[in-house]
Amino acid sequence: MVDYRKTEEERRVSEVPERATGAKEETAGSPYRAGEPAALGMRIEGLSAFYGSFKAITDVTMDIRANRVTALIGPSGCGKSTYIRCLNRMHEVIPGARAEGGVLLGEDDIYAKDVDPVRIRRRIGMVFQKPNPFSKSIYENVAWGARINGYKGDMDELVERSLKHAALWEEVKGRLKESGLGLSGGQQQRLCIARTLAVEPEVILMDEPASALDPVSTQKIEDTMEQLKQDYTVVIVTHNMQQAARISDYTGFFYIENMGDPGRLWEFDETEKMFSNPERKETEDYVTGRFG
Amino acid sequence: MSQGGTEVVPQREPGTEKDFKTSTGARHTLDGIFTAIIFVATVIGLVVLAVLLIDIARQGLPALNWGFLTGLGSAEAEDAGLLPPLVGSVMLLAIVVVVAVPLGIGAAVYLEEYASDNWLNRIVEINISNLAGVPSIIYGLLGLGIFVYVLGFGKSILSGGLVLSLLVLPIIIIATREAVRAVPNAVREGAYALGATQWETIRHHVLPMALPGALTGTILALSRALGETAPLIAIGAVPYLTFVPTGLGSAVTAIPVQIYNWVSQPDDEFQAVAAAGIVVLMVVLLAANAGAILLRNRFQRRN
Repeated sequence: MVDYRKTEEERRVSEVPERATGAKEETAGSPYRAGEPAALGMRIEGLSAFYGSFKAITDVTMDIRANRVTALIGPSGCGKSTYIRCLNRMHEVIPGARAEGGVLLGEDDIYAKDVDPVRIRRRIGMVFQKPNPFSKSIYENVAWGARINGYKGDMDELVERSLKHAALWEEVKGRLKESGLGLSGGQQQRLCIARTLAVEPEVILMDEPASALDPVSTQKIEDTMEQLKQDYTVVIVTHNMQQAARISDYTGFFYIENMGDPGRLWEFDETEKMFSNPERKETEDYVTGRFG
Repeated sequence: MSQGGTEVVPQREPGTEKDFKTSTGARHTLDGIFTAIIFVATVIGLVVLAVLLIDIARQGLPALNWGFLTGLGSAEAEDAGLLPPLVGSVMLLAIVVVVAVPLGIGAAVYLEEYASDNWLNRIVEINISNLAGVPSIIYGLLGLGIFVYVLGFGKSILSGGLVLSLLVLPIIIIATREAVRAVPNAVREGAYALGATQWETIRHHVLPMALPGALTGTILALSRALGETAPLIAIGAVPYLTFVPTGLGSAVTAIPVQIYNWVSQPDDEFQAVAAAGIVVLMVVLLAANAGAILLRNRFQRRN
């Protein structure tokens, strides 16, 4: 993880290359992506998103580095959630919604004509603001995604591994057959993280994952994110500035100048710089709490 | 009250505390009157139902015996039996379950999940609601034209079952649509975000959660189908059979049609027989409903 206490000099030397191209061994028992790198970065070029004729975000260009946590901050209504939903083609599920521009996962444009959004959504997972586990058993919650994607391996092992990765195994290992809805809010959210992990994505998107949770659960989720970035690329939308400063490596600030304007990416940089010495006035005003 | 502003906050005029009425007596009285009214409304409904049931039971139970249940039609009141219409009603119900339930649930899922929200589909939605209110005799005439004559099924159990299926289809569609609509969108999004197709999401999450509501619609539909008389008469139901219907091609007969026939007889003894028939009809109805409710509870508990 990026150590903010190191000097600029020390950090530049230990910087990880932009794309994790096969530097990591394929995780054992991963049947989906033989030979592919474990986590990919993304590049967004000139992305605009619409709800019908209303333009919600305009011309966003961003580099999301592999195996890093990228936080997206900004005042309410400036398009952060819309943006993150464009990254795994969930935005177009809403009737009348569409996106224009390029979004590259590794080398491939996920908006290309012949690309199946269903396959993209397996590779780019999403955790939502309000925990939404299925009304099935805890085991089924984790197993279902893997099963419909054709998982042929040992399901018990996959479920256990995913729950451990999401820091939930110890709390539920004795009651896997119970309903997922019987868990507390924080546990439900970790269950949602576990089921996302079970389909072995490359990127994990999180839309304010802890904003509906109590502080203890929030802490557990943040700790989980620290672990996750070793194996995945993580993008998180958050309203909590301290959270963004604590856990992210890079931060993007979204902003709207006037009411009714589309949101745009105002500034994007390493987290340390964004919070201590941002380039633009609006960014500084927001991170110091002068508005937002 | 703000202390720091430059505005002067107006103080309350002394003596204006009395602007609120202190006595709440009149409001509580109104509360009590309203509670009494709705209680009486409930009681009236229950009392009327109880009086009807007790009256029917009083008239019908004496005539209800094994001979009645297993006997065939007859011109004599004491020999009159209910077996042919009983078998007929059960067969008609079976056809409704096999035809209308899958069609209704399928149509509702399509209209809610797949069809885009344009003017054409909104017209369809309005018309389905209208169809639910069309008088059943119209369905009978429609069935006579299409099933009996054009398709050549004749005045058979098959035609009767198909007419009843058409009749109750809107009920099932409307109830299932409501149930599907009630499934929270968050569930669908959770499934899509895992890389599921639309059908996988519907099959594994939306339908199971909507099933209790769909079964409620089915219960209503079965109750309606069981009690309908006019459409069956329109397609030529026979109120007097000396043999039991054996298959889809048999002459159509049903309990309500038989009851109607008995009630129309000049012979007073047939009134008791008709009442017995009504008792049997209620029992069959309760049995069908109980079955559907049990099924619904099983799905509700699983959710």
